Amino acid sequence: MSEPLIELQNITFAYPGAPCPVFQDFNFQLLPGKHIGLVGPNGCGKTTLLHLIMGLLRPQAGKIVIFGQEVSKEKDFVAVRQKVGLLFQNADDQLFCPTVLEDVAFGPLNQGKPPAEAIRIARETMERLGLHGFEERVTYKLSGGEKKLVSLATVLAMQPQLLLLDEPTSGLDEQTKHRLMHILQDLDIAYMIVSHERDFLNHTVKECCHVHATCCTSA
Amino acid sequence: MSTIGEPFSEGASLAHRLDPRGKVVVAALFAVLMAVAQTYAATLAGLAVALICLALARLPLKKVVVRLLLVNSFIFFLWVVLPLTYPGEAVWRFGPLAATREGLIYTGLITLKSNAIIIALIALVATVPVVTLGQALHNLRLPDKLCHLLLFTYRYLYVFEQEYHRLVQAIKIRGFQPRTNLHTYRTYAYLVAMLLVRSYDRADRVFQAMLCRGFHGVFYSLRTFSWQGRDGVFVVASMLVLMTLGYLEWRLPSLLVRI
Repeated sequence: MSEPLIELQNITFAYPGAPCPVFQDFNFQLLPGKHIGLVGPNGCGKTTLLHLIMGLLRPQAGKIVIFGQEVSKEKDFVAVRQKVGLLFQNADDQLFCPTVLEDVAFGPLNQGKPPAEAIRIARETMERLGLHGFEERVTYKLSGGEKKLVSLATVLAMQPQLLLLDEPTSGLDEQTKHRLMHILQDLDIAYMIVSHERDFLNHTVKECCHVHATCCTSA
Repeated sequence: MSTIGEPFSEGASLAHRLDPRGKVVVAALFAVLMAVAQTYAATLAGLAVALICLALARLPLKKVVVRLLLVNSFIFFLWVVLPLTYPGEAVWRFGPLAATREGLIYTGLITLKSNAIIIALIALVATVPVVTLGQALHNLRLPDKLCHLLLFTYRYLYVFEQEYHRLVQAIKIRGFQPRTNLHTYRTYAYLVAMLLVRSYDRADRVFQAMLCRGFHGVFYSLRTFSWQGRDGVFVVASMLVLMTLGYLEWRLPSLLVRI
C-alpha cells in the first residue's frame, strides 16, 4: 500500500473560548489519487480540518504528516502550501490583486518563477478553465461564478499535488456548477471537497466521509 | 453596483497617454513649489500652468467643478476665520470683529495655492488609474510598504463599501428609519462596529489565503512601463516651467526691490 498524502494522528483542536473541542484524538488519512467528499452538519469541523492541513490553525495535540513529512512549524507549512492548494469558501477572501492575470500569477511568482513564465502559466491555467479573455478584468467587478472560477485558477496555477475545496458550489448557478464538475473530473491530482450538495459530490468524488470529533466515517 | 469611481482616469488625451512616472514626479515637485510659494506672482502663474494642464487633459468639466467646489468648501472656513484673526491693519469692522488687510491677502494666497495644487493633481495624477499609480510609485522605488498600503486600501474600499451596503440593507428590510433617538444612534454604532469587525476578519482571511499561495512578504509586479520620447519632452518642459515659477518666487521680488 502506498504512503498516505495526509495523515492526522490523535489530533486535538479547540477554538479559544469554545466549550468543547472540535476534534478530540482525531485520526484521518488521505491516500494518493483519492477523491474524497467531506460531509457533515455545520460546525462539525470540515473547514477546520482543511485549515489544520494548511497550517492556518495549529492543533493543541497530535501529529500531522503530509507527503511523508511531519509538519508542525510555520516553516514546514510554507513547504506544504507550495504543494497543496486550498480554495476558500468565499472567493472575495481569495482574490486581492487588481487584475485577474496578476492574481493568477501571484502564486507562481511566489514560487520563484520569473514573470514571463508566471504569466505563461497563468494564461494556460485560465485557458484550461475557460477563462480566456479575463486577463485584464478587474477582480472585484467579476460576478460570483466568475470569481469562483478565477479563485480556482489562482490555486491550480501553483500546480498543486493535492487540492482542498471548501464548499466550491456555494452561490453558483447550475451551469457554473456543471463547469466546475467537468474541471474537477479532468484533474489528475487527489482532492477533497467540503460540500453540502450530494448531487455535486456524486459526480466528483468516489467516496464521502462524515466528519466527527474523533474520526471520519464513510457516509 | 459600486459608487466609488475614478471619473478622471479614463480618456485618451495627451495627459492620459504620458508615462505615469513622469506625471507623478512633476506633480509632486509642482505641489511642493506651490506649497512654499509666498508671492502672488508665482501662485498666479502656477494656477495658470495648472489650468493649461487641465485643459490639455480634456476632462469632463462638470465633474472637475464639483470636485473643486468640494475642496473650496474647506477653504471657505478659512475665509470665515483667518481674516478676522490674523493681526494687521483693519479694513472692515463688524461690531467687535475686524477683518485685516494682511489676513485677506494671506487667505487669498492660500486659496490660489490650494486650487493650483488640486487642479494640477487632477490633471496629472487623477488621470492615472489608482492601480497603475501604485505600480508607478513602486517603479519609482518608493518603499514597498507604502505602495502596497495604497493598493490594498484601494482594493478594500470596495469590500468595505459592499459590506456597508449589505449591513444597510439588513437594517432597512427590517423597517429601520433613522430618527433622533437612542435607538438610531445605537443602530449606527452597531453598524460601524460591525463594519470594523467584519473588515478585520476579512483581512485575516485574505492574509491566510495569501499564505496558502506561498506569500512570503514580497510582491512581484507584472507591469512594465515604457518611457517614450514625448515623456522626455514633457518632463524637460515641466522642469523649465517649474524653474520659471521658482524664478518668479525668489528672484523677481528681489529684482523689483532693487529697481
